[in-house]
Amino acid sequence: MTSIETHVKKPYEYGWETDIESDRVPAGLSEDTIRLISAKKGEPEWLLEWRLKAYRHWLTMTEPHWPNVTYGPVDYQAIHYYSAPKQQQAPKSLDEVDPKLLATFEKLGIPLSEQKKLTGVAVDAVFDSVSVATTFKGTLREAGVIFLPFSEAVREHPDLVRQYLGSVVPPTDNFFAALNSAVFTDGSFVFVPKGVRCPMELSTYFRINAAATGQFERTLIVAEEGAYVSYLEGCSAPMRDEHQLHAAVVELVAFDNAQIKYSTVQNWYPGDEEGKGGIYNFVTKRGACRGKNSKISWTQVETGSAITWKYPSCILQGDNSIGEFYSVALTNNRQQADTGTKMIHLGKNTRSTIVSKGISAGKSQNTYRGLVKIMKGAENARNYSQCDSMLIGDQCGAHTFPYIDVRNSTAIMEHEASTSKIGEDQIFYCQARGLSAEDAVSMIVNGFCKEVFRELPMEFAVEAQNLLAINLEGSVG
Amino acid sequence: MLEIKNLHASAEGTEILHGINLSVGKGEVHAIMGPNGSGKSTLAQVLAGHPGFEVTQGSVTYEGQDLLEMDPEERARAGLFMAFQYPVEIRGITNAYFLRSAVNAIRKTQGLPEYDPIDFLDVLAQKLRTIGWDDSLMSRAVNEGFSGGEKKRNEILQMAVLEPKLAVLDETDSGLDIDALKTVADAVNKLRGPERSMVVVTHYQRLLNYIVPDYVHVLADGRIVRSGGKELALELEDKGYDWLREPAVAR
Repeated sequence: MTSIETHVKKPYEYGWETDIESDRVPAGLSEDTIRLISAKKGEPEWLLEWRLKAYRHWLTMTEPHWPNVTYGPVDYQAIHYYSAPKQQQAPKSLDEVDPKLLATFEKLGIPLSEQKKLTGVAVDAVFDSVSVATTFKGTLREAGVIFLPFSEAVREHPDLVRQYLGSVVPPTDNFFAALNSAVFTDGSFVFVPKGVRCPMELSTYFRINAAATGQFERTLIVAEEGAYVSYLEGCSAPMRDEHQLHAAVVELVAFDNAQIKYSTVQNWYPGDEEGKGGIYNFVTKRGACRGKNSKISWTQVETGSAITWKYPSCILQGDNSIGEFYSVALTNNRQQADTGTKMIHLGKNTRSTIVSKGISAGKSQNTYRGLVKIMKGAENARNYSQCDSMLIGDQCGAHTFPYIDVRNSTAIMEHEASTSKIGEDQIFYCQARGLSAEDAVSMIVNGFCKEVFRELPMEFAVEAQNLLAINLEGSVG
Repeated sequence: MLEIKNLHASAEGTEILHGINLSVGKGEVHAIMGPNGSGKSTLAQVLAGHPGFEVTQGSVTYEGQDLLEMDPEERARAGLFMAFQYPVEIRGITNAYFLRSAVNAIRKTQGLPEYDPIDFLDVLAQKLRTIGWDDSLMSRAVNEGFSGGEKKRNEILQMAVLEPKLAVLDETDSGLDIDALKTVADAVNKLRGPERSMVVVTHYQRLLNYIVPDYVHVLADGRIVRSGGKELALELEDKGYDWLREPAVAR
C-alpha cells in the first residue's frame, strides 16, 4: 500500500436536489406530447410544424451505436420531456422568481440577485425545461446584444429565430439532433449585431433537477459582420440511481470578420463508483464560419456525465476563416467519453487547430475521435492536431481515432499524439518537496491541461482547475 | 540529528540494505561512497520515503521523531530534503509555481502565512543571490527539456529555496562535466552551515574535492564496511573499492 492509495473519495458536490413543486408532462413521446410542450410555451404555428416534422423524421431513424461506449437501451417512452418549476407565469423581474430557485443557483455558485450577481458576466439560468432568470438584460440591450431564453426569443424575435434555427444543425442531422428538434424546451439565444463587441461574457447555467426527466436545450448564437462574443455554459445535476438523458443542440453562425468563443465546463452527475446513475450527455454542437476571416473557438472541460458523446465542430466556409477546438476530457470510475471535433475546410486559406487532452482514471474509457476534412476548393488549408492522453492507474483506457480526409493537394496537415502515465515517481518527487499526493496529482494533471485552460475566460479557468481536482480525488492508486 | 540503526530494506522482495548504522550530527557533512549496486541510492530513497522500498528491520530517528512512520511529504515539511539522482519532469508547471507550492506547503505546517506570487518573487531573488545564480530556470516547466546539468542545478536550487535541516544529495555529480560540477559544488558549499546537515551520496571521489566532507563512509553490499575522515576518500581513489569488500583476506 502506498500513501496515494488511501485517499478518501469525495462525493459529487452538486448532487443535492431542490424540493420544488413542478409542472411536468406525463412520461412518453408522441405528437401529442410535442403539441403540449409547444402549447405550454405559447409557440407560433410554424415552430410546432418544425417540431412535428423533426419528430416524424426521428421515428424513421435508429439510435447510433458507433461511438466507443456501451450502455443499456434507452426507453424513450419512460422520459418526461417537459418539467418546469410551478410559478406565476413568466416572472417580469427577479423579485417574482421563486426564492427556492434563486437559492438553488446561489448554492451552485451562480448568484442571480442584483446585489450579488457576477460582475462582467451575464447569466441565463435554466432549471429543467425552462429559463428562470437572465441577468444584465438591460445593459446588453443598450449595447444592441440580444441575450434571451430561447422561448422568449421565439416570442420577441421570431424572424431571427426562424432564419437561423436549424441552419447549421438541420433537424434531420442525426438521431439525437432530430429528437432535440422535436422536444427542445429552453436554452439561450444570442444575437450580436454588426460591428458590436459584446461588452461582457455571456453564460448559461443548466441545472437538471426533476427525476426521470430529460433536458433538451437548444442554443443558437449569431454574430454578424465584425461582431465578437464570448459565451460559457456550465451544467450540473442531482445524484440519482437512474440514468438521465441530456440531448442538446448548439448552433453558431459567424459572418465576415466575426468571432465566437464558446466555452463549456460540463459537470453533469457522473454516476457512482459502480457506474450506477449519471447523465447520458449526447450533444450536437456545430459552428459555421460563413464569412471571410471569421473565427469560431470551442473550448470544453468535460468532467461529468456517465457517458459523453459530442463533437463540437466547425464548418470553415468563408475564406481565411479559423476553427479551433481545445478540449480536456476527464473520466473516472466507470465513466465513458467519446469526444472530439470535426473541422470541415471549404474556403481558401482556412485554418484549424485541435488540442485534445484526455485523462482517464479508475475503470473509465476515454476516446478522442476527430475528423479533419479538406474539400476540393479549400486551397492552402492548414490543420494542426495534437492529441494527448494521460492514464492514471492501470484499469482505464485511452483511445484515439483521428480521421483525415484531404481532397486538395495544397493542404498542410500536422498531427501529434502522445500517451503518458502518471507515475509513482512523479508523485513521489512532489511529495519529497512537501506536497501531498493529492495536490501532486492535481498539479500534474493541471500542467498537462495547461494549453487548454489558458483558452478559458479568466473567471472560469480557476473553476475548471478546481473541478478537475475534485473529480480526481480518490482516483490514484 | 539523524540516527540510523540496523536498517534493513528491500525492493520487490530482495533485501538491499543489510543493517546500516549511521549517526549524523547537526551541521555535519557525511559522504557515502561505494561501488555500483552497493545500496547507496537505496539508502537515500529510504530516507526520503520512496514507496518502492520496504523497511523490514531497524529504525531511523530524525530530530527525535520516528522518520519511518512519516509520509514523504511530512518528512519534507520537517526539513528533510533529497536532491534526486534522476529529477522528474512535470509538464506545464513552471519551476516558480512548483517551488512556491512546495514552500507554502511547508510554511502551512509551520503555521506561517503562505506567500502570494508577488512576495515569492522577492524570496526567490534573495535565495538566488545566496548561491549566485540567475533566474533563467524559474519560468521553465519543471525539468522539462532540461539538460542533465540543468536538472542537477535545479535540484540544488530547490534546496536553496526550501532551506532544509538535512539534505541528502543522491549522486548529484553524475552526468556533470567538470565546470557544471564546480558550479553545483560551489552552490552546495554556500548552503553549508552549522544548522544544516548533509549526506552526500557519490560513486566518485571527484565531487569530494569540492564538497569536503567531515566524515566518509563506504557502503558495500548493503553494509557500511569502513568509516573515516575525509582522507578515506583519497585512499579509495587510489585503491578502488575491492580491498574493502574482503577485509579478511590478508597477504
